[in-house]
Amino acid sequence: MAKSNKPIFWGLFAAGGTVTAFVTPALVLVTLFAAMRFNMDMFTYESIHAFAGWWLGKLIIFGIILVSLWHAAHRLRVTVHDFGVRADKQVAIVVYSLAGLGTLLTLIYLLRI
Amino acid sequence: MSELQKRQIQLEVLRYNPETDTAPRYQTYSVPCLEEWVVLDALNYIKDHLDPTLSYRWSCHMAVCGSCGMMVNGEPKLACKAFIHEYKEGQIKVEPIANFPIERDLVTSVEDFITKLASVKPYLIPKEDKPVSAGEFKQTPAELKKFKQYTLCINCMLCYAACPQYALVPEFLGPAAISMAHRYNQDSRDGGRDQRQEVIASDEGVWECSFVGACSEVCPKHVDPAGALQQVKVASTIDWYKEHLMPWMKK
Amino acid sequence: MNSKPYVREVSKTTWFLSHPRYKRYMAREVTCIFIFAYTFLLIVALARLSQGEEAFNAFVQALRSPLGVLFNVAALIAAVYHSMSWFDVTPQAMPIQMGEEFVAGNIIVNAHYGAWAVVSLIILFWGM
Repeated sequence: MAKSNKPIFWGLFAAGGTVTAFVTPALVLVTLFAAMRFNMDMFTYESIHAFAGWWLGKLIIFGIILVSLWHAAHRLRVTVHDFGVRADKQVAIVVYSLAGLGTLLTLIYLLRI
Repeated sequence: MSELQKRQIQLEVLRYNPETDTAPRYQTYSVPCLEEWVVLDALNYIKDHLDPTLSYRWSCHMAVCGSCGMMVNGEPKLACKAFIHEYKEGQIKVEPIANFPIERDLVTSVEDFITKLASVKPYLIPKEDKPVSAGEFKQTPAELKKFKQYTLCINCMLCYAACPQYALVPEFLGPAAISMAHRYNQDSRDGGRDQRQEVIASDEGVWECSFVGACSEVCPKHVDPAGALQQVKVASTIDWYKEHLMPWMKK
Repeated sequence: MNSKPYVREVSKTTWFLSHPRYKRYMAREVTCIFIFAYTFLLIVALARLSQGEEAFNAFVQALRSPLGVLFNVAALIAAVYHSMSWFDVTPQAMPIQMGEEFVAGNIIVNAHYGAWAVVSLIILFWGM
């Protein structure tokens, strides 16, 4: 029996699970409040642009998005299997490609800000 | 014993005779149960008074031997720990432990578990070989605490019956075997972790687990196999990153 | 004796309907769809942010559609369920031994909930 390479993805999954558990509900609240016009000073172009323009802000945004994507991608791979789809390799390629694409786009957009 | 304490229970038991049956069927027995009885007592009553052909495994009647694991109303239970008074409806369904082939009636074939358990080398592999004359391997209470909980496993296989991943992927090494490997890996006297990792850090090892947590919910001895498996994942992940990203860390 | 063990088949697609704990597990796993989708929403927000104020305001305007609000509400429920299910099992995956004894599980869980509250308040104040 050979040792598995799953730790690469599981490491990101676990890191992402922890980070999303801490930050995602509050992030969703911010966009929900913006969507519901709860507070018009919330989620404004100036404030978000200032944060994303700051190098540490960029790093934090990139870190959160990176691990969120890989967390969700890995769990989705398992979930698809749990729903009875027996095509793990193909599913893995699709979900990890999505996560990879998201990571790349995040990098590009952040560098443009 | 007063008659008042008795309650008539309908025991719906899954029967299977490999010589005559093509599929299992249910047979209902009406059993006069005492309130303090467990399901195993009711089965013994059937065997003694109603139907001597009923087959099932049991031995100690005190949650130590691990032989009487069964599905009681769909839940993996030790028949000796499933109290009749907890089932208010007056009807209890008893089936062989899930995820194992039925040999006869409530008796299942457990070879798969035994093979898997043996494959993780569930015994001490001393770090250093020393003669008996050199004295004992000493251990502090803190070192003992690290693995004590996992020594409580009685190999009853309820965790395998509860584990959907084992049901769906029979190759999966499963909860008890991996927790037992973890038990020895956590032992300060043991030096066999590298050998066990070859088995438990494989795809069919710990990586088939998705932390459903059902194993720990049904474990009659509170071993918490789910916790052990997550700890094995964390340790195996650290191993992997060390081996591949920091090769100079290799021993 | 001729033995032919009987194997009970488990449905690969409907197995989780057989027990409440499996349904809870699947609910936990399905949260990843919302986490995934929401993260892509954040990436779109970044894209619009990089295109300037007008583009970003159009994005916020789009968020205000019924669909936008509905998605955020669904994502909030999923995210909270994920957080709780994640913190609740942390002591199992990451037990802490201090001296001889292991730290009680509920202390580890409560510490996570406390930290979660602090992080959430920081994010909300930053967002305001």
